[in-house]
Amino acid sequence: MANKTLIVIGNGMVGHHFLEQFAETPAAADYDIHVFGEEPLIAYDRVHLSEYFGGSTHADLALGTAKDYAAKGLTLHLDEPVTELDRDNRKVLTPKGEYTYDAVVLATGSYPFVPPIDGHDRDHCLVYRTLADLDAIRASAEGRKTGVVVGGGLLGLEAANALKSLGLEAHVVEFAPRLMPVQLDADGGALLKRKIEELGVQVHTEKATTAIVPGEEARLRMNFSDDTHLETDLIVFSAGIRPQDTLARSSGLEIGERGGIVIDDQCTTSDPQVFAIGECALWDNRIFGLVAPGYTMARTLAARLNQDAEAGFRGADMSTKLKLLGVDVGSIGDAHGATPGARNIRFNDEQAGTYGRLVISEDGKKLLGAILVGDNGPYDTLLQYALNGIDLPKNPESLILPVSEGGAPALGPDALPETASICSCHNVSKGDICGAIDAGCTDLGAVKGETKASTGCGGCAALLKSVVDNELEKRGVEVSKDICEHFPYSRQELFHLVKVNGIRTFHSLIKQHGKGHGCDICKPAVASILATCWNEHIMATDHVPLQDTNDTFMANMQKNGTYSIVPRIPGGEITPDKLIVLGEVAKEYNLYTKITGGQRVDLFGATLSELPEIWEKLIAAGFETGHAYGKSVRTVKSCVGSTWCRYGVQDSVGMAIRLEERYKGLRSPHKLKFAVSGCTRECAEAQSKDIGVIATENGWNLYVCGNGGMRPRHADLFATDLSDDELIRTVDRVLMFYVRTADRLQRTSVWLENLEGGLDYLKEVVLDDSLGLGEELEAHMQAIIGTYQCEWKTTVEDPEKRKRFREFVNAPEKKDPVQHWTTERDQRRPLAKADIA
Amino acid sequence: MTAHSNWEAVCTVDDLVPESGIAVWTEAGPVAVFYLPHHLPALFAISHTDPFSGANVLARGITGDLKGEPVVASPLYKQHFSLRTGICMEDESVRVKSYPVLLDGDRVRLKVPVSQRRFSAA
Ligand SMILES: Cc1cc2nc3c(=O)[nH]c(=O)nc-3n(C[C@H](O)[C@H](O)[C@H](O)COP(=O)(O)OP(=O)(O)OC[C@H]3O[C@@H](n4cnc5c(N)ncnc54)[C@H](O)[C@@H]3O)c2cc1C
Repeated sequence: MANKTLIVIGNGMVGHHFLEQFAETPAAADYDIHVFGEEPLIAYDRVHLSEYFGGSTHADLALGTAKDYAAKGLTLHLDEPVTELDRDNRKVLTPKGEYTYDAVVLATGSYPFVPPIDGHDRDHCLVYRTLADLDAIRASAEGRKTGVVVGGGLLGLEAANALKSLGLEAHVVEFAPRLMPVQLDADGGALLKRKIEELGVQVHTEKATTAIVPGEEARLRMNFSDDTHLETDLIVFSAGIRPQDTLARSSGLEIGERGGIVIDDQCTTSDPQVFAIGECALWDNRIFGLVAPGYTMARTLAARLNQDAEAGFRGADMSTKLKLLGVDVGSIGDAHGATPGARNIRFNDEQAGTYGRLVISEDGKKLLGAILVGDNGPYDTLLQYALNGIDLPKNPESLILPVSEGGAPALGPDALPETASICSCHNVSKGDICGAIDAGCTDLGAVKGETKASTGCGGCAALLKSVVDNELEKRGVEVSKDICEHFPYSRQELFHLVKVNGIRTFHSLIKQHGKGHGCDICKPAVASILATCWNEHIMATDHVPLQDTNDTFMANMQKNGTYSIVPRIPGGEITPDKLIVLGEVAKEYNLYTKITGGQRVDLFGATLSELPEIWEKLIAAGFETGHAYGKSVRTVKSCVGSTWCRYGVQDSVGMAIRLEERYKGLRSPHKLKFAVSGCTRECAEAQSKDIGVIATENGWNLYVCGNGGMRPRHADLFATDLSDDELIRTVDRVLMFYVRTADRLQRTSVWLENLEGGLDYLKEVVLDDSLGLGEELEAHMQAIIGTYQCEWKTTVEDPEKRKRFREFVNAPEKKDPVQHWTTERDQRRPLAKADIA
Repeated sequence: MTAHSNWEAVCTVDDLVPESGIAVWTEAGPVAVFYLPHHLPALFAISHTDPFSGANVLARGITGDLKGEPVVASPLYKQHFSLRTGICMEDESVRVKSYPVLLDGDRVRLKVPVSQRRFSAA
């Protein structure tokens, strides 16, 4: 039974994380837990605060709900700041009452520092920390023209971006001679400044504000020490943060010289009953202004309250990688080279707009720190070198040189520590894989059999292959790039063979260029190559046996052997009548119905023999196949765009539909996802897609090779302000080049990363037509588009093809006997194998 | 009783799909019949039930050969099963039933041992 009381002061990110880590542990049972929050809202994701301006709500950003708290037995007091910590009597005071405690956790975070300039407290002088702050900024910006951010650090630049997104002309005023003085050096800061100015944010460095007075043309005027001034409608102060240590200070706890509640490795303050975690805490004379170290403190404290003697906070890595206003910035470890004897390598490409700096140990062996501006490509690799103390290669400069000059050696699988998890379904680490290889596994199949890696969801297949290949290579085993034992070629080589020799069947390909009878690796790969080259119906008899079941039966097989069906809904636009048909069909066949992330409807639980019947009905209502089963174009997600939205600048739905109609049915090495956003608010999340399109005042910006899912990758900006037709032509070329050169099951993101010369090379090929391939690529795409047919339509109309959908060819009325179902939330779902007696 | 009295006729050649499988219903439950025209023999029959998932799907897997052994890959989790013996290549302790199969005129006949007979739940 709870007989003691634990009070948590502050319901921010770290306070919340502590509760998550602690609430259900044994020690928590001893306590009644009370949480006090000054803000009226339950803890939310402050890191993504700026998304509030992009349309996210508090509910989207919230880290938990009042219900979760109640369910865990936590008493939450929101909008109730603690005003006094009375340690002598072990109680806290709030405007609403007094509460006694046995232990207290201070998780009060920090507050924005506002320099004591004359006039700093005028109306429309604001800060950027809470949702309430953002509401105030939005209200202040309404109908106004200009906004200034004081402070050119990481948060200041983020705030400037937010002002820009509110339609203001944004300025950044920085006291130091450069932007992001903490993370960057002079050259890096200068490049960042240039890039940000190119994006329309004006940067004023080395400006000291002396006073804020009423303005003449705008609301306010900022006077600077060099006798210049700047007029603006609002000012956001982002000149650094200070630990919120007021309570601790007035209660006599030990406080650092420049603020912060002093804690030891166990997060204990100078009073053993009082703990502090997060941005208010000072450890080893340091404040950690990032969320990850705060989370580590929270976990440490939860463990230590559970008597875990091992638990301890031992500092944290403060490396950062960000995209500020679309510009890559990375800062790792000792970025300024403060370590005695440290040496530097700098590469400053003013032409390309990239800057890289390596800080290397005196003996030249280890990477101590790094700075990147303009291209974070090398970041992950560099971080691995720095964090794991890996010996640098002989020519470390190659790590930051453009690929064409030095061939940046991606660290790849080697960089992963032994503990890195490769397959999360079966919890297989890199160490387990190395173990299997050392125990005698000499190929991928054997490793899979031994460790079960990649036999769950299969999502880690590519990563697993790269780790296995790499480990085998290291052990001197020759790793072949052959697609499988039947063909001594890679997918790309096979593509060439098919194309150049006009090969149209698997049989003739394997007879001429392979051996044996094929397998589940080479058959689908060749089927996809044949479909890309000749675009014949995938149910043509020769092709049927080559396909994965999903392709063969044009539906997605689920764990109990039934299928799901996803009709195409171009751009996510659908008439009420069609929506009703979907509902009617789902009801008739008792299909579990779910909305997909790609703005369509997925209908689950159809048996093989039901598929053609269902499609007959869908086709009659005007639906086409959505290719959800194929390695092909899935959806083009879109926001509603200028047709309805106040902010939209182009018709994103119209463009999404045009793109989807154009590329539907295109077969490719892996699935392809698109999105079109109608303005820079980016509601369609185009930057996480293979092909992302974002509307601008003048046309469309094209982003390529992004990815969501398991290994997220931001798409790269490829071309700007394209007209409709230019956009289509460019996408034609990019896609066709990908289809022709990528490996089997290689998403565009990985393809680009492995493409020699990378993004720049791709731009040369597509935009400058350096290979003279442009027209051929377009013509090839046009040919594929010209032969498009809805494969479901062709199938339901052909009695021979429909025969394939008989569950048991000798017993048409027989139903599959091992489908066990249950009902959950009013819909049918399969019972897990374990639940079936 | 004819000579083939314990050989159940399950379908005709027209029902078969070259290089692929079909499912038939027998007294021993669901069986997958594969037709690999370039093999000798060309017909194989193993249980249609995938032992890893319990789903009746093996006939819908991709066929081929691994190191010369004719196999089908489960369409769910991709383990390979020998079409001759039913043994799982990734885990030899797992084995699905295999059945003798032959062509009698244009009929495909399966030998389903009496001891294996069971009745379906459906
Ligand atoms: C715009 C923005 C972008 C950021 N981006 C990143 C990023 O990309 N990466 C990163 O790692 N970090 C980022 N951060 C920093 C990150 O948000 C903080 O590190 C994190 O929120 C710290 O958590 P905390 O719980 O210590 O403090 P907070 O989240 O600030 O929570 C403290 C809470 O305590 C409350 N409180 C204070 N005093 C009292 C009192 N007396 N009584 C009751 N309640 C009180 C406060 O109201 C507040 O709700 C960003 C921050 C901002 C503002």
